[in-house]
Amino acid sequence: MSEVTEYKKILPEELYRKLDSFVEDLGIDSKDPRKKGYLIQVLHKAQSLFGYLPEEVQKFVARKLGVCHSEVSGVISFYNFFTTLPKGKVNISICMGTACFVRGSEKVLKEFENFLHIKSGGVTSDGKFSLDVLRCVGACGLAPVVMVGDRVYGNVNPKMVGDIMTDCIKLANSMEENK
Amino acid sequence: MVKQVRIALRNCGRVNPESIEDYINARGYEALVTCLFDKKPADVINIITESGLRGRGGGGFPTGIKWKAAAAEVSDEKFIICNADEGDPGAFMDRAVLEGDTHSVLEAMTIAGYSVGADKGIIYIRAEYPLAIERIKKAIEISKEYGFLGKNILGTEFSFDIELKYGAGAFVCGEETALIASIEGKRGEPVVKPPYPAQKGLWGKPTIVNNVETFANICPIILNGKDWFRSIGTQKSPGTKVFALAGKINNVGLIEIPMGMTLRNVIDNIGGGIRDGKEFKAVQTGGPSGGCITRENLDTPIDYDNLLSIGSMMGSGGMIVMDEDDCMVNFAKFFLEFTIDESCGKCAPCRVGNKRLLELLEKVTNGQATEEIIPQIEQLCATIKKASLCGLGQTSPNPVLSTLRYFRNEYDEHIKDKKCRSKVCKALLKYEIVPDKCNGCTRCARSCPVQCISGKVKEVHTIDQKACIKCGVCYTNCKFNAIIVS
Ligand SMILES: Cc1cc2nc3c(=O)[nH]c(=O)nc-3n(C[C@H](O)[C@H](O)[C@H](O)COP(=O)(O)O)c2cc1C
Ligand code: SF4
Ligand code: SF4
Ligand code: SF4
Ligand code: FES
Repeated sequence: MSEVTEYKKILPEELYRKLDSFVEDLGIDSKDPRKKGYLIQVLHKAQSLFGYLPEEVQKFVARKLGVCHSEVSGVISFYNFFTTLPKGKVNISICMGTACFVRGSEKVLKEFENFLHIKSGGVTSDGKFSLDVLRCVGACGLAPVVMVGDRVYGNVNPKMVGDIMTDCIKLANSMEENK
Repeated sequence: MVKQVRIALRNCGRVNPESIEDYINARGYEALVTCLFDKKPADVINIITESGLRGRGGGGFPTGIKWKAAAAEVSDEKFIICNADEGDPGAFMDRAVLEGDTHSVLEAMTIAGYSVGADKGIIYIRAEYPLAIERIKKAIEISKEYGFLGKNILGTEFSFDIELKYGAGAFVCGEETALIASIEGKRGEPVVKPPYPAQKGLWGKPTIVNNVETFANICPIILNGKDWFRSIGTQKSPGTKVFALAGKINNVGLIEIPMGMTLRNVIDNIGGGIRDGKEFKAVQTGGPSGGCITRENLDTPIDYDNLLSIGSMMGSGGMIVMDEDDCMVNFAKFFLEFTIDESCGKCAPCRVGNKRLLELLEKVTNGQATEEIIPQIEQLCATIKKASLCGLGQTSPNPVLSTLRYFRNEYDEHIKDKKCRSKVCKALLKYEIVPDKCNGCTRCARSCPVQCISGKVKEVHTIDQKACIKCGVCYTNCKFNAIIVS
């Protein structure tokens, strides 16, 4: 466990311990030439724990699996799902799948961008909200679709953005209180 | 009127996907038992080959032939991969099958393993499908308890295990060689074929990659026979296809139709016509690799070969209906933006060519294009198609070429008349105040973000066209319909 502390910088030790035992449970043989096949799975776990994959987490994973850091960061930069920047407390996702696009999701996205003064992919300066786009969440019947956490808003038009943001602000506040 | 026929979706919504007993009651695992006890691996492959089943993941490659190639390889290890990466950004057929009929995919993969001599299966699934993942995990566990999966299946010599691998949001990983690279923990970049995965796939071993829906067709074919399957659909494309019908249509959702049905039937009868009584313009199939089907082809029977000949493709099942309000140039641009986001960047024709192509299209939608731009677009499309390494690049110009072929008039209007008939391309719009209708309420002037509307109270207002940024705020704010867009 000594290597666990070696890379710990600012993120909670407890999460590193969880990640460590996740990797241990996979029972990877350090001589297995196919051990890289576990990398993406481990990164998914790491991101679900930390919320994002900053360099310190990348280095931890690299060391743990015995692959070099550049390979780990190369994989992270390739896949859209992985992010090296933290998201906002409340993340708002606009579906930009074809069905939603045809029903006007572009305008909905613009409206959110105007409201939050950030572009898609960005986080507000207070760290409360982030905005991103998704591709087809499988609710095309409700297009355009907006997702806030697990909640799905359907048939969204730009005029509804204010109401959705009211919900988001409530959600962010309740998260603050629970802390 | 031809109706829907359910093969791939036969159990979805009818059989509780979380109950293996219910699945067994619906003839579940009967096909596996038949194969293991009554048929040699080669017999199974023959049935699949003779059924004429073609891959439902887009390419339409004959499934039996793929299996035969992998079976012919001599190797200590072979793999069966189920492609559940479902990348077409407007489609969710595979998710529906995995969530609604989980066991049938596991059963079919096991049959594939038996046929080609593989003992390991992998489902490569989008991480964005948590419910499907949960159900697959449970289904794997319970089928092992029942002896349908794992060591010595049903007491035979045959063993087969299935594990899950997760995608991480890269469209190109749906391409089979990129998918294999991704499972190996690498960046999901495609490699040149041949060798095909059936010869050299995952970890260099013979590998079969099939789509979820392809697998969902296997058990019914084994149970009901090749002749039954061939009695549905057309000569060259037997069976059915699942589509995610969406867009400007009344009944949206998943449909499963026999091959050979006309688009007219799909739209008018199954889809219940165009929304809000608007006029049909086109249907897009094949997602970012496909093209559109227009009014003139409404009566073309839908199958692999017909769709290709009219410049579209079957694709994995996205079917987007567009009406008069959709601008076809903008639509082509939408898919191109998608391709650029998703290009893996390995080869220049795709990485650089598509960016350049988008710039040309932007000139068209911004009103900066001249007539020479069309041949430039066509030439660039041809180069990208020819020189790209993988299917993503090779098919990426299709939406542009297809809209150019059927909607050349819309391109011309953008270029020559600087007009967008569907009023979508902002730069080409013009907001004007009709003097007769304006009563000088000042509402528009107060709401204009760049303050380019002038006029005194109770007098006719005017818009300074040079300063107008075409945001449309005045248009939505005027209560007297005094502002028109053209
Ligand atoms: C860019 C690209 C994306 C693809 N995406 C998918 C996909 O999401 N799902 C899929 O099953 N096949 C996809 N394919 C096709 C696969 O490469 C492969 O042909 C297919 O999985 C084979 O299965 P089938 O024969 O059962 O259709 C894609 C191909 C390309 C070139
Ligand atoms: S065609 Fe595009 S996606 Fe395919 S290998 Fe080349 S750059 Fe990558
Ligand atoms: S809002 Fe309409 S009626 Fe009022 S000043 Fe503007 S154009 Fe005229
Ligand atoms: S379209 Fe926008 S910028 Fe142009 S006049 Fe109207 S409100 Fe002003
Ligand atoms: S395209 Fe948005 S939910 Fe399918």
